[in-house]
Amino acid sequence: MSNLANLQLTQSGELRHFLTPEGLDRLMLERILDTADSFVVVGNQEVKKVPLLRGRTVVNLFFENSTRTRSTFELAAKRLSADVLTLDIKTSATSKGESLLDTLQNLRAMHSDMFVVRHSDSGAAHFIAEQVTPDVAIINAGDGRHAHPTQAMLDMLTIRRHKGRFEPLSVAIVGDIAHSRVARDQIHALKTLGCDDIRLVGPNTLMPQGIQSMGVSTHNNMDTGIAGADVIIMLRLQTERMASAFLPSAGEYFRLYGLTVQRLAQAKPDAIVMHPGPINRGIEIESAVADGPQSMILNQVGYGIALRMAVMSMAMSGQMQQRQSQANQPSSLIGEQK
Amino acid sequence: MGAKRTPQHPELADTPALVNHLLHQVDQLLTTQKIDQPLVIGIHTGGVWLAKVLAEHLQAPLGQLDIAFYRDDFSKHGLHPQVSPSSLPFNINDQHILLVDDVLMSGRTVRAAMNELFDFGRPASIKLVTLCSVNQRELPIQADACALTLDLKPGQYLQLEGPDTLKLSIIEHVNHE
Repeated sequence: MSNLANLQLTQSGELRHFLTPEGLDRLMLERILDTADSFVVVGNQEVKKVPLLRGRTVVNLFFENSTRTRSTFELAAKRLSADVLTLDIKTSATSKGESLLDTLQNLRAMHSDMFVVRHSDSGAAHFIAEQVTPDVAIINAGDGRHAHPTQAMLDMLTIRRHKGRFEPLSVAIVGDIAHSRVARDQIHALKTLGCDDIRLVGPNTLMPQGIQSMGVSTHNNMDTGIAGADVIIMLRLQTERMASAFLPSAGEYFRLYGLTVQRLAQAKPDAIVMHPGPINRGIEIESAVADGPQSMILNQVGYGIALRMAVMSMAMSGQMQQRQSQANQPSSLIGEQK
Repeated sequence: MGAKRTPQHPELADTPALVNHLLHQVDQLLTTQKIDQPLVIGIHTGGVWLAKVLAEHLQAPLGQLDIAFYRDDFSKHGLHPQVSPSSLPFNINDQHILLVDDVLMSGRTVRAAMNELFDFGRPASIKLVTLCSVNQRELPIQADACALTLDLKPGQYLQLEGPDTLKLSIIEHVNHE
């Protein structure tokens, strides 16, 4: 835990990389949400842009496809007035390690200030922040099955803006928990922000072993799992899981775990429904729910840009302060910076 | 570093009188400039308190700006830890704006606030209203209405306490070694 905090924070406790909510305290997560709240307003301005990162260079490094995450990060950086370079780098299994290091060192030599990293390997963003370019702010845009912290935090922003305090809330996370890169981060963030009743709902084949040790309850039955819930977070079902025999069929999954209007009635009448998108209509969620009054799915998209602007500006701020404090130290104490 | 209150300037002691004087100046300004429906916009935080008083006096709409995203010292000081959302619950295009801050010193806050305002639209005019001006300008910016002008010693600055009872006082940074 403390290692994760140390890696992500400056000596004075400011954010300098954003890799996972794990290890960050409640005050820091609330500061991220407060800052994001302020950026939501920027989206309503006539000029949807602030000059905060003018002259900074942000490189989106997408080693794995993700149109939605990539475009919101790109828009977030542009709304902060940064110069943005987006690279789609497909990794081949054999040359992955070498090409990653070379690519990063090259980009660092171009005086990049921030890397937004999406990678299919768990821990890729951590590795870069720790070993490769610690003086470049690293934002994790999703790594393997490990983490997708900006998605988890935009979900927290959505919950806080529509439900207020986290303490009294019952939150159900439904679907493929085992293969989800966001569920773990959601649980960490919810716990840290004070939510006590976190329920994971899904079939046993998609439920990670021993997950209860994170302080959550597990439910195989959808109706009891979402009963009385204030928030229902649907996870996207990756259809390739069907081929891997984790699931019998899409129809069967929808019958057991699909969120229908009828089923939603089990939750609180003012419950909100969230989904990271893209949604599989008729597999994990019924259109009438996805497009219904309780759905936050499109609100989440706007909040996602604001949240990403928040972590990008905070990490850039911390990283610049770290560089300055290192520059002010006698050179003999700094040692060789990688 | 700590802060210490210094012997107060005699005119600072009666902040309500200063505020009344300022309201009177604003009335005159609006008359001479022939502005009858201004929008009042305060700069976070002291400016917002003062703007609230002014908006009530003028029966005018009130908005607030947090200039944290527009500051020119981001590279030096980073992002301010407590940012509160700007809120302009009206369209500023072609409107006359009274921009309100508690203290005008370097002029950098006002520069940032004007940059931010123009991202919301193109106002017809902006008048600067400030309770107190300190002779330490770094930019060519002056107030249109100002109740008091002061010279301060190095290390001294002005602080407005609020929001219920406004009290302006001189504060001095003290090094505790």
